[in-house]
Amino acid sequence: MKGIITVLGKDSVGIIAKVCTYLAEHQVNILDISQTIVQDYFNMMMIVDISGATQPFENLVEELQQVGEAIGVEIKLQHEDIFNIMHRI
Amino acid sequence: MISLVEVQETNKMIREMNLDVRTITMGISLMDCAHTDMRIFNQNVYDKITKSAEKLVKTGEDLERQFGVPIVNKRISVTPIGIAAGAIKTDTYVPVAEILDKAAKEVGVNFIGGFSALVQKGCTKGDRILIDSIPEALAVTERVCSSVNVGSSRSGINMDAVKLMGDIILQTAIRTKDRNSIGCAKLVVFCNAVEDNPFMAGAFHGVGERECVINVGVSGPGVIKRALEEVKGQDFETLCETIKRTAFKVTRVGQLVAQEASKRLGVPFGIIDLSLAPTPEIGDSIAEIFQVMGLEEAGAPGTTAALAILNDNVKKGGVMASSYVGGLSGAFIPVSEDHGMIQAVQRGALTLEKLEAMTCVCSVGLDMIPIPGSTSKETISGIIADEAAIGMVNNKTTAVRVIPVIGKDVGEMVEFGGLLGYAPVMAVNSFNCANFINRGGRIPAPIHSFKN
Repeated sequence: MKGIITVLGKDSVGIIAKVCTYLAEHQVNILDISQTIVQDYFNMMMIVDISGATQPFENLVEELQQVGEAIGVEIKLQHEDIFNIMHRI
Repeated sequence: MISLVEVQETNKMIREMNLDVRTITMGISLMDCAHTDMRIFNQNVYDKITKSAEKLVKTGEDLERQFGVPIVNKRISVTPIGIAAGAIKTDTYVPVAEILDKAAKEVGVNFIGGFSALVQKGCTKGDRILIDSIPEALAVTERVCSSVNVGSSRSGINMDAVKLMGDIILQTAIRTKDRNSIGCAKLVVFCNAVEDNPFMAGAFHGVGERECVINVGVSGPGVIKRALEEVKGQDFETLCETIKRTAFKVTRVGQLVAQEASKRLGVPFGIIDLSLAPTPEIGDSIAEIFQVMGLEEAGAPGTTAALAILNDNVKKGGVMASSYVGGLSGAFIPVSEDHGMIQAVQRGALTLEKLEAMTCVCSVGLDMIPIPGSTSKETISGIIADEAAIGMVNNKTTAVRVIPVIGKDVGEMVEFGGLLGYAPVMAVNSFNCANFINRGGRIPAPIHSFKN
């Protein structure tokens, strides 16, 4: 099962490190990362494989949100299906 | 591969444009609950609803987290009680309404629809008991919604029922006068009611439906509005194309949630209802779409055409996105639930008559309109008759949900709370129609009904 992580917020040192550390600790494998910074705003998307994750999906969603709150950015994990179904026929 | 742009677009639609799934509604048949003893019937109903919908709210919340899209309401619709409770030896169905309310609270849904009767051609004993029970049932319960179908293109209009409903609406208003007559916000009078509609207050589980089913209503006036802002000033072809594309995307989200909910609950998927249901929130309004289309206010000349364009293209976009489209599918034009409509009424741009004209091309009808508490029951019946005639002749669903607010007059503000919103009391043509309504009987079906 794949998930999409989006991170949005004011840029600062260590955002990617924090997110990746959390993912590594919970056996979530990163498949792809793309990232841009527009006018000091950090914008990142990750495609991750969560089939081996140590936590159920709902918990990952919640804990990633908390990681985001701790460093002042918005982190969202969503199932990939919502993007596939919306943009592909 | 999913691109950053697509992910950003989806999340922008959710975060800034109010994209949501408006409702997951579980339809439950109560046919097998029939019994002559009220106590046993009620027990059967309570057990069936609480068992079938046990995981409904939890599943909705899980899906919300998984996809990151808000699912605003989780609801239940049941077999019209006028049919399901027909065997009970009683002269009131108020205890049935109370048990529905209790079951709804137990499973955590915010509304349960189906305190309904289908009397387009005539009333059975059960239908009559049901209609008579409506005012008290809606006054003593919180979450029960009621509807009565008084006409259809096949059978004409039951004018006895139309006459009766004028009185029932007024009685319901009086019974709940201490709460701005809110009982009437939970009561709809239909012509050509559909059996798989997931939207309240008119939702019920039709007799042609299966045992249990999941219907999903998608919304998104905000998303359409924002999409149209991008093509401001361009021609009608671009306008239509933009609505279609956006409706497609919105519907796909509904389809995903519906399929996933159906899988997790082990209940077959029924339909997606493509309606654009506004909320009182700014930016989530049908009237604001009209403004982006180029009208100063809803109600200005051109509004009916604008609504027709909107409705048709929402359907065209949505039909491609899901094979099972049903329900009411189109733009709702309630007054109190739509920020822009409220403003249009306050500025004098929108009248009841213009709203009636708009119902010829919208998905339902006169919806959530506060009218003076002094309005006579015959006048309310007259409004119902007009609206039912539009539906009957044009082969479409129409409905009336007016709220005679006891003690209030034209221009005064009424607050219903939450999603039901607020609105100024609207003027009603007060010339007498009593002699017309008091004829009773039935208006025969129109000539084009003989298709067989």
